[in-house]
Amino acid sequence: MELPPYASLGEKIWHYTYLVLCGLIFFFLIAPILTIIPLSFNAENFFTFTPGMLALDPDAYSLKHYRDFFTNSQWQDAMWNSIKIAPVATLISVGLGTLAAVGLSQSHVPFRRAIMAILISPMIVPLIISAAGMYFFYSRLGMQGTYWGVVLAHAALGIPFVIITVTATLVGFDRSLTRASANLGAGPVRTFFKVQMPLILPGVISGGLFAFITSFDEVVVVLFVGSAGQKTLPWQMFIGLREQISPTILAVATILVTISILLLTGVELLRRRSEKMRGMSPG
Amino acid sequence: MSSATDPDAFTGATPDNALRDADRAAGPMLAADGTPLKRSLNRALRAQKLRALGLIAPLLLFIIITFIAPIADMLFRSVENDIVSQTLPRTVVALEDWNGEGAPDEETFRALGADLVVAAELKNHTRLGSRLNYETVGMSSLFRQSGRDVDDIGEVYADQFIVLSEAWEEPATWVALMADPDWVAEQSEWAAQEDPIGPEPAFALSEQAQEALPRTARSYAQFAQIIQSEDEDSPTEEEPWNIVYQALYEDLSQGYVTGIYSGELAQLLDNAASAVGGFEQMSVRDFFLEEVDDDWADPEVWGTIKAFSSPYTAGYFLSSVDMQLTPQGIESQPEDQQIYMLLFQRTMFMSLTIMFSCILLGYPIAFLLSNLPLRTSNLLLILVLLPFWTSLLVRTSAWKVLLQQEGVINDILVWIGLIGDGSRLQLINNQTGTIIAMTHILLPFMILPLYSVMKTIPPHYVRAAKSLGATPWTAFWRVYFPQSVPGIGAGSILVFILSIGYYITPEIVGGTTGTFISNRIAYHISSSLNWGLAAALGSILLALVLVLYYLYDRIVGIDNVSLG
Repeated sequence: MELPPYASLGEKIWHYTYLVLCGLIFFFLIAPILTIIPLSFNAENFFTFTPGMLALDPDAYSLKHYRDFFTNSQWQDAMWNSIKIAPVATLISVGLGTLAAVGLSQSHVPFRRAIMAILISPMIVPLIISAAGMYFFYSRLGMQGTYWGVVLAHAALGIPFVIITVTATLVGFDRSLTRASANLGAGPVRTFFKVQMPLILPGVISGGLFAFITSFDEVVVVLFVGSAGQKTLPWQMFIGLREQISPTILAVATILVTISILLLTGVELLRRRSEKMRGMSPG
Repeated sequence: MSSATDPDAFTGATPDNALRDADRAAGPMLAADGTPLKRSLNRALRAQKLRALGLIAPLLLFIIITFIAPIADMLFRSVENDIVSQTLPRTVVALEDWNGEGAPDEETFRALGADLVVAAELKNHTRLGSRLNYETVGMSSLFRQSGRDVDDIGEVYADQFIVLSEAWEEPATWVALMADPDWVAEQSEWAAQEDPIGPEPAFALSEQAQEALPRTARSYAQFAQIIQSEDEDSPTEEEPWNIVYQALYEDLSQGYVTGIYSGELAQLLDNAASAVGGFEQMSVRDFFLEEVDDDWADPEVWGTIKAFSSPYTAGYFLSSVDMQLTPQGIESQPEDQQIYMLLFQRTMFMSLTIMFSCILLGYPIAFLLSNLPLRTSNLLLILVLLPFWTSLLVRTSAWKVLLQQEGVINDILVWIGLIGDGSRLQLINNQTGTIIAMTHILLPFMILPLYSVMKTIPPHYVRAAKSLGATPWTAFWRVYFPQSVPGIGAGSILVFILSIGYYITPEIVGGTTGTFISNRIAYHISSSLNWGLAAALGSILLALVLVLYYLYDRIVGIDNVSLG
């Protein structure tokens, strides 16, 4: 993007206008997320910067919204529900998903395209339609409003991510390693856990992270499939935003942003590690 | 799906390749154990296929049960309509001969009365009323009112039968007339227990009752069943409802055949049969029209019942496109009730607007990222990925906070003097709010595919164009831009598909004018409880999305969905 030394004045003006434009778009992308962080330390119950905050007056800042989050029973119940649902859903998606991805990566799979289309479908179908269908069907089975109903629904939503990441990792997997292991006398199970699994582990973990985020962040399906007993953190935020908007939401949002930054770093590190292990240069 | 796992792309020793080698060889090759190599390899191939399927099967089954079956259920519900034929079975049959003009005849009203008594006992009439109210306003209250009054049908006859013979008042008489002898035996055995175990045996009709008094038998059987299941009482102790006497009167006055019963029962029936001619009569039709509600004279009410009497209906789909099923056939909805086409159009219009804003904002960013050195672009890519990874609700709440009239954006605009304090912009709870917030949320989905396409465009072409005398603009527009079009296509379809199904963000920042079709689906599931219509709207949306995904798969390939 360097300007050549012979650029005309018009080109220079255009070049810098373009850079400013890009800066503004980056600002549009990132500013809304960053703005809520200082707002969450507001000492007042306002959603805008008070004069005291702009003057950097320490009294204008407080942790009271964070205190509210950690003491209010509604928010705490919601947090615990999220913590109870997401990991179990993730375990189911990762367990079944990895197994199927290993199966799909074999060289001879009949109906591969059709199977793949079915397994990917939860990612394609709009959430509101999945939610409606699950609500109707789970009501028939008596699973609507139960913990396991929500867990199974979330597991289904997370599976496409596991399938995509794990099959992508398996593409670079050297098949002669499993043959070597079989040659040395290991059974298929031992080969899988001792040889294949350690090599595809980064892909499995990052698929798991995607599945976890999907469940942890999901609100439409839980809104329909769950009942008050399964009220998760996003659900509580949704209610808060729709009905009585309380600044505690901003504290929760800040905590969630921190978690996503940590997860983003985690996935990036895993990706590099995976590429290193497969002998690709880190991108 | 992916080329590296494609069977034909394998160059190593796979059963497939060996199979081809075996074909080319001159004589039959033998494996170590002496079987022909071809058969041995085929067996190995089959085992491999089975093993692969065995690994996939658990997940496939899981997805089919937890996800595909619910979608199928939704599709089924969008045409399912058995509530009318289940709640009003007699009426539906009687209405078959109705010509659509004026109120139907006495027979049909008798059928309606008999159906409604049962429905009211099971409290189904209100459900049916609300179902039919979606089609014709006023049905809900009509059915509720009727459910309260139908108990009186047949009271005149009940009194007269009892005056004729006290035996008609005795539950035992009715059981002797109606019940299957086996059931009577079972029931008395059950009742003889000191401490009866379990519920009373389910009532069973006798064959002769069904032959001699078909309507009475049908009514009585429903009475007995409801008495047992709803009231947990026994037909041996309860006097039947008035409607059963009504049915008995109808049976006896219309071609009653003597000689099926014998003994005292025959005597009783024959007496009654000869007396019914002189009974004081009551017209069920007049009762409905004069005492219950004169809406029952309205052919539209009957037309609606008839139009929705089949177990499957296209009615929900017609409602989804502002049409309606009427007795006269398919018509468009009255002007003031046409909302769904408008909503579909609005969903399309807003999704297109969001898509174009994403192209407009995403293109410069992707161009910048693909032309910067890798180290810088990776750093800037974080600014794109962070919103992508941040919780949807966090981003939506951020916009809710920023866009409010007392929010940060309006404050800044007032502060820099662009607008007056009194004329703060209305940025939320309308289409503007939805478009701004969703453009922000979906922008990464445009930038990432664009970026991955632009990275592969070699820079020499643009340089060559410039060295051949093209202005920078011509070089960009005629040489670079056409090469980036596949990226625009991929990003656009992705953004468009995601946005037409969005629910959360429009719900929170959209108000009433900025909502999508999905908000209406949610409303019909949780508030209006019109599940059939919700399912039909959902099916239309699903079909739309699948068509778009098919295009996406043809153009880009679903495998190429990048996850950041």
